[in-house]
Amino acid sequence: MLGRTANGLYWMFRYIERAENIARLVDAGLRVSLTRAGSSDEDWHGVLESAGVREAFSQVHTELTAADAIDYLLRDTSNPSSVMSCIEFGRNNARMVRTALTRETWEATNECWIDLKARLSRKLKQTDLPELIDVIKHRCGLIRGAFHGSMLRNDLYNFSRIGTFIERADNTSRILDVKYYVLLPAVSQVGSALDNFQWESILRSVSAHRSYGWVYDGEYQSANIADFLILKVQMPRSLAYCYEKITSNLDYLAQTYDERLKAHETAAAIRSTLKRGSISDIMDQGLHEFLEDFVSRNNQLSAEITEGYRFYQ
Amino acid sequence: MLTAENLPRPPYKTYHEWYASQDAAHLIRKTQDAENIFRKTGITFAVYGHADSSEKLIPFDIIPRIISAREWRKLAQGIEQRVLALNAFLDDIYHKQEIIKAGRIPRALIERNVTFLPEMIGFKPPGGVYTHIVGTDIVRTGEDQFYVLEDNARTPSGVSYMLENRETMMQMFPELFTLNKVQRVEDYPRLLRQSLASLAPPGCKGRPRVAVLTPGIFNSAYYEHSFLADQMGVELVEGADLRVIDGRVKMRTTRGYEAIDVLYRRVDDDFLDPMTFRADSALGIPGIMDVYRAGNITIANAPGTGICDDKAIYSYMPEIVEFYTGRKALLENVPTWRCSEPDSLKYVLEHIEELVIKEVHGSGGYGMLVGPTASKKERTDFAEKLAARPDNYIAQPTLALSTVPIFVNKGIAPRHVDLRPYVLVSDKVKIIPGGLTRVALKQGSLVVNSSQGGGTKDTWVLED
Repeated sequence: MLGRTANGLYWMFRYIERAENIARLVDAGLRVSLTRAGSSDEDWHGVLESAGVREAFSQVHTELTAADAIDYLLRDTSNPSSVMSCIEFGRNNARMVRTALTRETWEATNECWIDLKARLSRKLKQTDLPELIDVIKHRCGLIRGAFHGSMLRNDLYNFSRIGTFIERADNTSRILDVKYYVLLPAVSQVGSALDNFQWESILRSVSAHRSYGWVYDGEYQSANIADFLILKVQMPRSLAYCYEKITSNLDYLAQTYDERLKAHETAAAIRSTLKRGSISDIMDQGLHEFLEDFVSRNNQLSAEITEGYRFYQ
Repeated sequence: MLTAENLPRPPYKTYHEWYASQDAAHLIRKTQDAENIFRKTGITFAVYGHADSSEKLIPFDIIPRIISAREWRKLAQGIEQRVLALNAFLDDIYHKQEIIKAGRIPRALIERNVTFLPEMIGFKPPGGVYTHIVGTDIVRTGEDQFYVLEDNARTPSGVSYMLENRETMMQMFPELFTLNKVQRVEDYPRLLRQSLASLAPPGCKGRPRVAVLTPGIFNSAYYEHSFLADQMGVELVEGADLRVIDGRVKMRTTRGYEAIDVLYRRVDDDFLDPMTFRADSALGIPGIMDVYRAGNITIANAPGTGICDDKAIYSYMPEIVEFYTGRKALLENVPTWRCSEPDSLKYVLEHIEELVIKEVHGSGGYGMLVGPTASKKERTDFAEKLAARPDNYIAQPTLALSTVPIFVNKGIAPRHVDLRPYVLVSDKVKIIPGGLTRVALKQGSLVVNSSQGGGTKDTWVLED
């Protein structure tokens, strides 16, 4: 397969994943603003930060309003991480690798683009938002489903999956990092209403507020939340789960191509950190430091895959 | 569809009965369904110069154009003769130039033609084939009267529409294919791959590796490039994927560089090799012409075949066919005035309101004047351009083109059409029964190009 095709698949799935994650972030943000007494537009700072666009946002908007933040995150094409931009880039990558996709996967991607382009072409009204966010998640789910149900399990599949999980790991760690201070155990705040809110919003932004309850008997505890999102291998958006998937897909590639690259070592090392680590060690070491280090190693892995599999040259 | 007596023409008999039994509202719905199928599949094309409308659908008409087996046989013979003559002509102008020596074509028209490539002189492509894929545009003016409108020997496009139109018709109206025995077009991708593989360079060992070269996703025909690569099961490559290494053209894969034997290129000659042609081309592969001339890759169609698409060369096609086949051309040419000749220029300028005037290297319906429908100002402006560069133009009479029925909200209406059958050339010539029928959707219009608002319809060649 062409290096450019591997690159196209990798980025197609990174962008689809990102679009969905941005939609979740907005969803969590909306939830906070609806349910929390005394919430203000300022709360959107955290959401913009988690999406990694706070700086860019402030360059186009002098003031922060909820409506502007939502617009920027969902439909502003000058924001390369807006849902619309992600879907546009994702679909462009899909067009580029059209021959590598099954008809089902391509059509799901193309229809997602057609539908969201129409919905995001006009200014959003607050009443439309819940439905819109559902549609984004639904459309992205259809792409994933078509992909799972129809693609051959070969190198094409592996590169697509690696793209998905590198992106997801990046997103989850960023969400945690932005809110890490919320998770720091500060005796005076534990159990306060403020914490519960913030904690729930973190869980909601990774669609985990229900599953958390099942795993940890419903008690919100900072260490448990961090444990869930970092180390719990059963949790499909946790860093540990992402790295199980990344290493297994990289291992398939190594088998198929009969060649192990630097990327394999890096991925294995990150996986073993996550497998062996305990949440108390991580908290002691400093959650922020841990996450910062993780994001940079995740990026390093992405660069090594890009180079090792000749994405560009 | 109907004769002068208002009876269905024989090939349309079964269809006409079926149509009479259909409910109009149902057919309107089907037209909408067809559009959804095309949009969902992403069968789109780009119109250059429209920033906002980067992806457009080509309107699809649900009434098939139907050709009888007898009519088709006649056409196919004429096309085969013409395609063989084109290959012989290309071989001749890049070797002995006997047609020039015999005084049948002026030397300047060949050698000063921008589409003539001196790099091809004395070089014989693998199998001696220059134009592997040809699309011959044909119009009809009467029951047995067909004219060739132009030859597309460089990179004929549109074959994906032929295939998708058939696919769509079969999805929407399966019963029609039980009532009518329609000859298959679905084999085209397989035949194309066979045909390309059979012309791999002589040194190629094992199964030839075929790839389609595209300028990329922003090209107007990108959908077709990806469609053909997908249907043939070969890689779709861009210039940046390819590199000349150790005298071979190789593509960058996730496991390193792998050689390609046959390149079906959908990139124009000018952009093919920045070391030989346009130095600013980012679409091509530096050094590919050296590999080609060393006999280590097949390029389809061969560089330098674009001269056959030249409309001044077209005007010599009756002579060309006769010169190489020893027989009169079976298919007629539209009478053509070469504006480079002073008498013709004078005639054209005097009769501008009756004629269609085209650029010799134009395509896609750009840069032409349809005299009878143009405004006075358009005609005057065009006459100025014509007088300034006469050798850039030819002129043809507007033919009394036959019409075929299309489906409109009020029922059936007649529109002008042309037909582009697709021809594959290897050691034999294969003509796919049918082709792409393009329709001028505006009432009375003669311009069928999709870039100018034309549509398409499925084309049936019936079995005997």
